[in-house]
Amino acid sequence: MKRVLAAVVVAGLAAVAWPSAVGAQARDQLVLGMQLEPPHLDPTAGAAGAIREVTYANLFEGLTRLDRRGQVQPQLAERWTISPDGLSYRFSLRAGVRFHDGTPFDSASVKFTLERAMAPDSTNAQKQLFEPIASIETPDPLTVVITLKRPTASFLYNLAWGDAVMMAPGSVATNRERPIGTGPFRFDSRTPGDRVVLVKNPDHRDAATIALNRVVFRFISDPQAQVAALRAGDVDAFPNLGPAEAVDGFRRDARFTVAIGNTEGETILALNNSKAPFTDVRVRRAIAHAIDKGAVIDGAMSGTAKPIGSHFSPNHPAYVDLTSRYPYNPAEARRLLAEAGVRDLRVTLRLPPPAYARRSGEIIAAMLADVGITATIEAVEFPRWLETVFRNADFDMTIIAHTEPMDINIYGRPTYYFRYQNHARLQAIMDEVERTGDEAARNRLYGDAQRLLSEDAVNVFLFQLPKIGVWNARLEGLWENSPLQANDVTGVRWRN
Amino acid sequence: MTGAGRLSLLLARRIAMLVVTLVAASIALFLVLDILPGDPALVMLGTEARPDTLAALRREMGLDQPALVRYVTWIGGVAVGDFGISYTWRVPVASLIAERLAVTVPLAVMAIVLSTLIAVPVGVIAAAAHGRTLDWMIVSFAQVGVAVPNFWIGILLVLGFSIGLGWFPAGGFPGWQAGVGAGLSALILPSVALALPQAAILARVTRSAVLEVVGEDYIRTARAKGLTARQALWRHGLRNALIPVVTILGLQVPVLIAGAILIENVFALPGLGRLIFQALGQRDLIVLKDVALLLAGLVIIVNGLVDIAYTLIDPRLKDRLA
Amino acid sequence: MSRAALWIGGGLSAGVVAMALVASVWTPYPPTRMNMRARFQPPGGEWWLGTDHFGRDIASMILAGASTSLMVALAAVAVGMLIGVSLGCLAAVRRGWLDDLVMRCNDVVFAFPAVLSALVLAAVIGAGAHTAILAIGVFNIPVFARVARGAALQVWAREFVTAARAAGRGPLAITLVHIVPNIAGVLVVQGTIQLALAMLAEAGLSFLGVGIQPPTPSWGRMLADAQTYLERAPHLALVPGLVIALAVLGLNLLGDGLRDMLDPKLRRAR
Repeated sequence: MKRVLAAVVVAGLAAVAWPSAVGAQARDQLVLGMQLEPPHLDPTAGAAGAIREVTYANLFEGLTRLDRRGQVQPQLAERWTISPDGLSYRFSLRAGVRFHDGTPFDSASVKFTLERAMAPDSTNAQKQLFEPIASIETPDPLTVVITLKRPTASFLYNLAWGDAVMMAPGSVATNRERPIGTGPFRFDSRTPGDRVVLVKNPDHRDAATIALNRVVFRFISDPQAQVAALRAGDVDAFPNLGPAEAVDGFRRDARFTVAIGNTEGETILALNNSKAPFTDVRVRRAIAHAIDKGAVIDGAMSGTAKPIGSHFSPNHPAYVDLTSRYPYNPAEARRLLAEAGVRDLRVTLRLPPPAYARRSGEIIAAMLADVGITATIEAVEFPRWLETVFRNADFDMTIIAHTEPMDINIYGRPTYYFRYQNHARLQAIMDEVERTGDEAARNRLYGDAQRLLSEDAVNVFLFQLPKIGVWNARLEGLWENSPLQANDVTGVRWRN
Repeated sequence: MTGAGRLSLLLARRIAMLVVTLVAASIALFLVLDILPGDPALVMLGTEARPDTLAALRREMGLDQPALVRYVTWIGGVAVGDFGISYTWRVPVASLIAERLAVTVPLAVMAIVLSTLIAVPVGVIAAAAHGRTLDWMIVSFAQVGVAVPNFWIGILLVLGFSIGLGWFPAGGFPGWQAGVGAGLSALILPSVALALPQAAILARVTRSAVLEVVGEDYIRTARAKGLTARQALWRHGLRNALIPVVTILGLQVPVLIAGAILIENVFALPGLGRLIFQALGQRDLIVLKDVALLLAGLVIIVNGLVDIAYTLIDPRLKDRLA
Repeated sequence: MSRAALWIGGGLSAGVVAMALVASVWTPYPPTRMNMRARFQPPGGEWWLGTDHFGRDIASMILAGASTSLMVALAAVAVGMLIGVSLGCLAAVRRGWLDDLVMRCNDVVFAFPAVLSALVLAAVIGAGAHTAILAIGVFNIPVFARVARGAALQVWAREFVTAARAAGRGPLAITLVHIVPNIAGVLVVQGTIQLALAMLAEAGLSFLGVGIQPPTPSWGRMLADAQTYLERAPHLALVPGLVIALAVLGLNLLGDGLRDMLDPKLRRAR
């Protein structure tokens, strides 16, 4: 037994002496850290953001894609024409594209992929993206014509989502374990609980410009361990670091670049608009006045997040700054509550697991107490949150970040969990947006929508979830913002 | 009836009891997890999923079957070694468990070895120094050791040895493919955190077991043969005192694995405990069922074996039967 | 040794109770008041033990946490004792199938790791103090059932019980009049030790997030919070763990001391 211990101690000490060896990698390899591990690697068969954070633009490609600014760019479709009535899209596909297993990519693959996503037994998490499609024709192997049921201005944007990537019939069954795409990186291996490894696809059209030969995605959920892994050089980059409070330390350390950008995650204190007294706009406005967003951001996000005033991302050109509509003013909040005849209000504040929600919730409960609202905190796991809050709208208040890009249209749905009463008016604006081809006009409409939500104080719009990126100062090409959930490493290289 | 006949009858009864308990545990587990609120399909497909998509996924996972069919399918599979396919991870649960055991088992083994190496000598020393200051000090330390929460020990170890001295990683596991050294180094702090409270319990058991044998006849005989008290204790006492110690050690195995649930979360180790957390958080009910049944089965079987071993060993019991 | 244990244990336990009592009338600051301009203050100065990530006063939270921890532990042990002792006494009266059934149920319940059961329970009924009390209480039932049954059987064999039976008193009356008072001492000893375990368990559950919910101060949750800010503010991790350990140590020592006092025979063996 003593010998066993001796062996353990010696091995342990040896391990202590080595870690630098792990850190010194060849410079065509990137070790990228992620908080959450993808359950599997098929973005068309699960909602988990982590699946996209590994595969988007790296392993799988779609007809279109979003670039780092959130703009739609051609990907497997080289170019396209849209009929004047906005109903017919004619895509010209890139020639000579092959899947990683050698299967050629052509118009039949497009038809197969889209029809699979629309099929009755489809398990695509974003099936609504494909709902406007009426028919798909393939006049020749490099041409696809998609006809829509109605003009949908966001169609090209929708095709750029991770849920709309192209797959081959022969590999869809195994894409969860061994994903086969057309992207510049191929799947190499996976160690559950730890890492996924991708290697460069030498046959890809852009192979000459891709600097990395090997990308290791490592999954580290513990905030403390994330920081430690960066410091030790075990991980080169954490594009979306968990602990906001660690940012100051990295800023002071010249070995690292700190880039705080925005995600598409509007973090809101959602109110059940169908439940008294939240049916009264004065009560909702009172709550908006009762919350000091600056203090919430300081306390919950260590000051890294941007406050918002409506359900819209500051990343987008159509963003309107409405943060000063309801300044922090407890006296005004109390006055509005009194005016609405609300006294001694007792509510529950149901919080899902993420740290941003739990911490913001504690602070907000304390702020509500200041204006005479007793908010009882109820921490729930995510499945329970989905079931009670999201599906059954059985809640008073909750805190959640809506991470889907451009999702202001959820306010147009009458049964969406916060039960916005003025949904028809918002939906009318959204319909107008879809019918409008001109971008400036569309952006004006988005502005109207933002102002409407702010005036109605539907929810308390807290802050845009930040993307806290920390990486080796010699790395360049990582995204600063995240217009959708992705870690596009195709443009990443090491500087000498 | 002969003694041997009655003994085998007794054994058969014990084994039958074991099986009944196992089945009862599996039914209880299935029923509890069946009423658990939260739809696995909704968790996997997220907020934008449409009702028909959810229904399609539930069909694919077999969740649309009646409860009895699902129970029989599950338990029948487990009986022949087929643990099913994880809802979220889409891999066989058996391989998922095997991967996680590659962390939890070494962790538990290191903790057991460590606690034994600390506890047995300390307990014997305390017994040898019975009533003196050294004994008093050891007993006090053991009292403190039992009172300290193991997750706090974990936090303190991280504070001292990873953040302070930088000797060990603060958490996470590099995987065995990163080298045995790196793997072990990630397990050292967690195993210490797990071992210390166990060592305190074990030291107390060792001490009282040794004290008990000291009073027995053969020690007195040994001393009469000219051995000093200390020699008698080490040569004869220890071996006999080890029986209760080993029993406790065996019974502590499941306790250690349960303790690992907390410690793996403190250190973010991808072991069985972490798997339970993830499975619960994602409503991966099949993984949850399998792991829980595995742990419960382990406890039931270990307890049953201890029982059976006692039936076989205990001379008084044999005498009574004969 | 045992006298010292009694005094030290009694002193520490009294200290925890005193903290809880003091907290109900006075704390240096309101334990839930946040101050974003005074986050992570080090100990000493205006805040004795510093402030946490929301600028709350640690000393006040520790004081208030004592009453939380004590209340949950007391409630859980009360639940376990009430049901467990009833079952134990019943088993002592009616031996046989009832006895067997109770023991088999024990085997099944105890086969699952307590932490796992508590997590699943929290998933079914939601996290909170009630979950912690229920989860810990349930695991206390068999302990008290076993102790009560053993002790009650001994009392049933005594002469005065036989006399009472001869006088025609029913089992319920005998249990209430003769059995319970005579096993009370054993139960108090066991209760003290279970109280210590319950405090440890509450801390663990709150640490995992399924126990006490904010804003109610809880030592276990303070440790969970401290863990995320370990590098930024290590002092947050020290005091909550220390008070948990001292409180548990105190109750354990008190229990041991009481047992030795009650049963002098045991003192020699220990």
